[in-house]
Amino acid sequence: MNNWQNLTKGFIKESPVFVLLLGMCPTLGTTTSAINGMGMGLATAFVLVMSNMAISAVKNIIPDKVRIPAFIVIIASFVTIVDLLMAGYLPALHEQLGLFIPLIVVNCIVLGRAESFASKNGVFASMIDGLGMGLGFTFALVILGSTREILGSGAIFGYKFIGDNDGMLIFILAPGAFIALGYIIAIINKLKKA
Amino acid sequence: MAKKLESTFTNMVIVLTVVSLIAAYSLASVFNMTKGPIEQAAVKKKLKAIADVAPAFDNDPNAEMFKLPAFEPTAEDSLEVYPAKKNGELVGYAVKTYTMKGFSGLIEVMVGFEKDGTIKNYSVLKHSETPGLGSKIPIWFNNEEKPNQCINGKNPKNTKMQVSKDGGDIDAITAATISSRAFLDAINRGYKTLEEGGKYE
Repeated sequence: MNNWQNLTKGFIKESPVFVLLLGMCPTLGTTTSAINGMGMGLATAFVLVMSNMAISAVKNIIPDKVRIPAFIVIIASFVTIVDLLMAGYLPALHEQLGLFIPLIVVNCIVLGRAESFASKNGVFASMIDGLGMGLGFTFALVILGSTREILGSGAIFGYKFIGDNDGMLIFILAPGAFIALGYIIAIINKLKKA
Repeated sequence: MAKKLESTFTNMVIVLTVVSLIAAYSLASVFNMTKGPIEQAAVKKKLKAIADVAPAFDNDPNAEMFKLPAFEPTAEDSLEVYPAKKNGELVGYAVKTYTMKGFSGLIEVMVGFEKDGTIKNYSVLKHSETPGLGSKIPIWFNNEEKPNQCINGKNPKNTKMQVSKDGGDIDAITAATISSRAFLDAINRGYKTLEEGGKYE
């Protein structure tokens, strides 16, 4: 598989959210608006790239039996670094997402990519893989966030387009996340078959 | 490709220790690096909140902050009070108040009072209310076009600071009565705290 495929597979073909169904907790939790989804996606992408690179660089000196704890320590360190950097330099975004940043540690995508890709491939390929998967995750979160924001509060990226109308509140709440995600997965499956 | 390290006991212990040490070192350095900016951001946010809610002032309320015992405390025992002074004369207060009754617990509000107790404005510092419902508290109660839901310019002395469903004078956020009740609870706590401290003229 070449680098271009590694970069693009995260968008549709192996989309972490819509196809692999990994990392559902932050997906459902943070996508109340498009901008929140994007912030969460980009933070995850950053962690994915950094941890994929670090893990592929040290993969040969980590004995197999302790690889999972070692990977988790590396991933958790990067997540905490992102958390601190955001709190210091992007306080507004941190306020919105603060609660969900620590959740990146338990996001299956990060450990999943470390285990299935970074621990078998070189540094550069792993970086591309992390970038592709991260951007794919961001893409999925923006789609889901936009859908919920449009239906739920009649706005897109914070710009209201249907006056004072409150929209369908259910789409802002947790059940709406499941409904919207279900329909999007159905559409993606249909597109993939066609 | 170099050969993978064997999973012997010594190897595992050494590798995990080294990985943890490196992680600890990098976390400590990032923490030290961001400590300053994080504190500055917090102070800046607080000052902005005070400037938004208190009557116009020219002193440094943060430096003159004092604490008063909270009215009917449910979490913190005392509230931070920031006096606003203009030309050395007291014009009002900003009080950092809170409630634990929010739909998701804690709500922190900075609320500004004139020196007779009239509410000037408020700013929500922290909340985790439901997005789209309770999360409207920062914009609902200061909408001056809708006097029934706006608390700005009202004095809790002659206004019943409860939602209309409970017989009060303030309209609750549609479909978020619990958050609205909690919000008014926080405002009341701020007002009563200053009152008990004998701060109104």
